Amino acid sequence: MGIEKISFLPRPLGVKKAAGQPAVSKVSSEWTWTDHFGQIRCRISSLRMRYTVGPGLYAVGEPDRESDVFVTANYKLSFDILRRELKGLNAWIIVLDTKGINVWCAAGKGTFGTDELISRINEINLHNVVAHRRIIVPQLGAVGVNARIVQQRTGFRVYFGPVHAKDIPAYIRAGYIKTPEMRLVRFNMMDRLVLTPMEINPAMKKFPLFGLIILLLFGIQPSGILFKDAWEEGMPFLIFGLTAVFSGAFMTPLLLPFIPFRSFAVKGWLTGVIAVFALMQGIGGFWHYSSLLPLVAAYIFFPLASSYIALQFTGSTTFTNMSGVKKELKIGVPVYLTATATSLLILVMYRLSQWGII
Amino acid sequence: MKYIADVVTLEFFQEKCTGCGKCVDVCPHGVFLMRDKKAIVVDRDRCMECGACANNCEFGAIKVNLGVGCAAAIINGMITGGPPSCDCGVESGGNCCG
Ligand code: SF4
Ligand code: SF4
Repeated sequence: MGIEKISFLPRPLGVKKAAGQPAVSKVSSEWTWTDHFGQIRCRISSLRMRYTVGPGLYAVGEPDRESDVFVTANYKLSFDILRRELKGLNAWIIVLDTKGINVWCAAGKGTFGTDELISRINEINLHNVVAHRRIIVPQLGAVGVNARIVQQRTGFRVYFGPVHAKDIPAYIRAGYIKTPEMRLVRFNMMDRLVLTPMEINPAMKKFPLFGLIILLLFGIQPSGILFKDAWEEGMPFLIFGLTAVFSGAFMTPLLLPFIPFRSFAVKGWLTGVIAVFALMQGIGGFWHYSSLLPLVAAYIFFPLASSYIALQFTGSTTFTNMSGVKKELKIGVPVYLTATATSLLILVMYRLSQWGII
Repeated sequence: MKYIADVVTLEFFQEKCTGCGKCVDVCPHGVFLMRDKKAIVVDRDRCMECGACANNCEFGAIKVNLGVGCAAAIINGMITGGPPSCDCGVESGGNCCG
């Protein structure tokens, strides 16, 4: 699959020219329907997509030599949210080249960082654009931006602004002072809900492979493949597979704080056990195997599949850390591998007993 | 919400702290607070190892192993033998964490 690239230059509302400066694009604070559509696409589509805006200097409103300077990433959604929240203000925006990645991720990778900020300040000649010497960098950029070095090299003092752009007007009114709340990253149910498509998508990509294995396992006969068997016997397993995805990629993220234990693997497993149990009651009629073996395999495999999928959500959360995830994986990976092998073995034994071999 | 207890690598050397307050300003999880003109660690388990505090403490009072708390990245690292890396990275042009 190729990389889709939607490069975007905000339609200039006009051109702003500071003394002795090249022209600067003026952008609106209003979102057009393409901006809204782009946001939705970005949130639900797969990861292979670029949604960027050109790096450089932009103007919102009618900024002058005293206006504030805000810094953001060239991921268009970051830029759009910033310009929307600056509505009614006159301000400059510096867009750093972060390869189309949002502020936080880019700061972690170093592309939203000290060097890029310094060279961008010099390139746009910020010293001539504004008379003051302060720039407002989103707080989450602090991972990549070293305020002291920026000041030493450019003379600009870095103010780490609020985490959320919507707090910017209040932050400015308070005289560039953040309340403790403005510093904190939140992660509420809505935040988690909008992230679930990013969990379901990759999990579903593996589903065809899973389906194929299941259908082969139940369909294969000494005499060839029997599609009727594959379908009838495999079906409940396919439904359980979907349930594991639903439980690991949707229910666990959504109900995260309400599920006991701190480990994501355990949370996902618990949710998975409940989902498998509930479904077993629900489709009892479907479940017509002549032995207990498939039941055992299902109870071993699907809750752990849910656990593994839930563990992937650590990548989207705002509070997990690498040491913790490593610990989970160290215990988890051997369990996942053994359990998968065991359930596969159990199903093979079941099939062999059906053929009368054992 | 808190993640697993007692795993983070955050270290704080209070004797080096000058009380400038930068760490309190940049931490997105309220791990630090100012008390008696020095920083203190109030909630270590909330640390996500982002490194913003250590990056901006001019006095070397904070140390932390930074890394992403992302299972996919760490598994990638295990498979390739390299450091953990998001496959939502530059190459695939990702918009990883929204
Ligand atoms: S940034 Fe460093 S010196 Fe400043 S308060 Fe925090 S620990 Fe102390
Ligand atoms: S590493 Fe990040 S989360 Fe941890 S204390 Fe420092 S700023 Fe806070």
